[in-house]
Amino acid sequence: MAHAHTHTPAHRTEQTNSEAVKPVSKRVAPAPAPRRARTWRLLTPWLFLLAPLALLITFTYAPIANMVAYSFTDWDGVSPELHYTGAENYTEIFTREDLFQVFWVSGYYLVASVIQIVAALYFATILSFSIRFRNFFKGVLFFPSLVNGVAIGFVFLYFFQDGGTFDTVLGLFGYHTDHAWLGTPASANVSLAGVSIWRYLGMNFVLFLGAIQSIPGELYEAAELDGAGRWHQFRYIILPGIKPVLTLTVILSVSGSLSAFEIPYIMTGGATGTETFVIQTVKLAFQFNKTGLASAAAVVLLLIILLVTWVQRRLVPDDRVDLV
Amino acid sequence: MNRRTVTILATVAGAALLLPGCTGTGGSTKGADAKAPDDPAEVSGTITVLTVRTDLVQDGTMKKYAAEFNKTYPKVKVEFQALTNYEAEIKIRMNTDDYGDVLLIPAVIKKDDYPKFFASLGTAAERGKKYRFTDFTTVDGKVYGQSPVGVMPGFVYNKRVWKEAGVTEWPTTPAEFLADLEAIKTKTDAIPYYTNFAAQWPLTSWTYVDGSVHCDPQATTKLAEDDPWAENSDLRVGDTLLYDIVKQGLAEKDPTTSNWEESKPRTAKGEIATQWLGTWAIIQFQDAAKKAGVNPDDIGFMPFPAQTDGTFCATVGPDYNQAVNVHSPHKEAARAWIDWFTDKSGYDQDNLAISPLKDAAMPEVLKPYEQAGVKLIELDDAAGAKVKLIDDESEVGIYKPEYRQDLVDLARGAKKGSLDDFLGGLGKKWTETQANVSD
Repeated sequence: MAHAHTHTPAHRTEQTNSEAVKPVSKRVAPAPAPRRARTWRLLTPWLFLLAPLALLITFTYAPIANMVAYSFTDWDGVSPELHYTGAENYTEIFTREDLFQVFWVSGYYLVASVIQIVAALYFATILSFSIRFRNFFKGVLFFPSLVNGVAIGFVFLYFFQDGGTFDTVLGLFGYHTDHAWLGTPASANVSLAGVSIWRYLGMNFVLFLGAIQSIPGELYEAAELDGAGRWHQFRYIILPGIKPVLTLTVILSVSGSLSAFEIPYIMTGGATGTETFVIQTVKLAFQFNKTGLASAAAVVLLLIILLVTWVQRRLVPDDRVDLV
Repeated sequence: MNRRTVTILATVAGAALLLPGCTGTGGSTKGADAKAPDDPAEVSGTITVLTVRTDLVQDGTMKKYAAEFNKTYPKVKVEFQALTNYEAEIKIRMNTDDYGDVLLIPAVIKKDDYPKFFASLGTAAERGKKYRFTDFTTVDGKVYGQSPVGVMPGFVYNKRVWKEAGVTEWPTTPAEFLADLEAIKTKTDAIPYYTNFAAQWPLTSWTYVDGSVHCDPQATTKLAEDDPWAENSDLRVGDTLLYDIVKQGLAEKDPTTSNWEESKPRTAKGEIATQWLGTWAIIQFQDAAKKAGVNPDDIGFMPFPAQTDGTFCATVGPDYNQAVNVHSPHKEAARAWIDWFTDKSGYDQDNLAISPLKDAAMPEVLKPYEQAGVKLIELDDAAGAKVKLIDDESEVGIYKPEYRQDLVDLARGAKKGSLDDFLGGLGKKWTETQANVSD
């Protein structure tokens, strides 16, 4: 119990309980309160919850319920008439091959998110040790997350333009390319996935940094005394220490890759083989006025993401981490 | 997923099934009329006019029109709302009663539903005597909208560049047109043709070659009944020309990063030679020329390179149609605005556009058309609603940019396949849907 002094009171109760030592304070059953007080006690948490619950229901669950309801109709989005069509929209989604082909595009974003997580982890680890200009680099890495996604789309449109910033920068290194970056499906998707790494790296980085910094500093000291190098510190202290955050990030990245939208929508509008499932859904709803079918597609995407999350939680159970 | 999540999901799904379709705007007001006021001095009320012309609202031009309007109708107050993304924003507002007093009929509204959303402006027989384009908004003999300007598709081109390339006559066939673009490519520094691929919507104007290739006022009806990409049909001729332009390297090098706003001054300055747009674009390109300090008279306009019996043909159609909200409490005032804006505002002349009045003269910019004896036709729109329905149902999108983007990709080699297979596939989707769509 060398580190007993660092334990929070919560820890202590837990431990004492498990070790079956005499409880610190004897539990006394409270005297039955008068009925009115009891009602208030039951009601109080709900009163506090009233505002957030109202917001949550109005802006999350009611729209979802509506969307599910629309998915069983042939509504076009404006017409006063709509007909119940049963599971027809769902049948159409699962029988039309072209609707699912767009998921191949998600592959590019999946690969990108692997790169993104590794890079974010690398930077977060390095910047959690004391090095010069630490805060400056933290700012640099986090900055893209603060910029509006639409603005990023437009900026990178200029960046990838023929003779644009990217070509100029490559030219500075003596590499004169004549490549239309958004010109072919593969190159366009790689470029767009690159932009999305740039955009979301900062967010992952901050999450990792926060998790790493919550690991008690004396662990490193102890490890260093035992002769552990930077790699071993990373492998045996940092990695297990941030496992819950890492799992969360992986889940977020996978669902993010499946539902990639704003960057490809703004930059290419889904042209040249960059259409993602969400872009396709938006086009069904707002271009071809098939709100019913689009709602069904959205429900299917939601279910796919829930499924993927569930499988992931099964493969990587969320164990309690205990470094000490 | 733990048990609680399952419970929540089940609740949501259950609630969804219980929810009735709460989208109705009610049919009680169906078929209301917006009558023209008898006495202009008496009609009163504050009306909101929705428009897509953000530029005119911002620079105060719309206010000037309103002030002019108030000279005749002193008691009507006109307010403007400019929507940047009109189609998307209006679609959501149309689910309520609050979509302005005067609005532009959005493409999403089915023609049969017009009486549920808009007040009638009169019978087709009566309005047709004075105005063009009445059949585009006629349902059961009543007219629901009126466009303040007529538009005509065509090539906006830089006259100076074409002359430098040694071309003085308008090309009369697609092959000649391609040869002329080739001449521009070899003899000048200009990009012969600019697709505006990235802005997407400019590509949709290629659908409006329909009618001008074979000089057929029934072209829209043909779209509803036949394969639009059959051998030698209008759309096939148009799409093949676009394909060939890109295939032969006569378009911009990287279409995916093209820029619409930039393309205007570049065309004015002669860096770009040609674009397929419409008469509405002329004034914008001339303005761009003035801003760039070059001669606005260099901006020319030419018809599609096809002749029937030795003459060019061009179709004249309506722009957005103005209509009165059926729920508006000030229908007379709203009607007064539409009538005044169409007949007396001078909006058509200010935009160098074709007047919606049948007896009005052609704008000055179309002088070359008169000299060349271009025949102007108005397409019969009786089957227009059906065409739109087939278009949405089949997801082909002749009024949407996707298939032309695919066409350009195909021509550039960014997408595999042959033109014949591609157009054949579209035709197959289209004709298969035709059978399922009832009139």
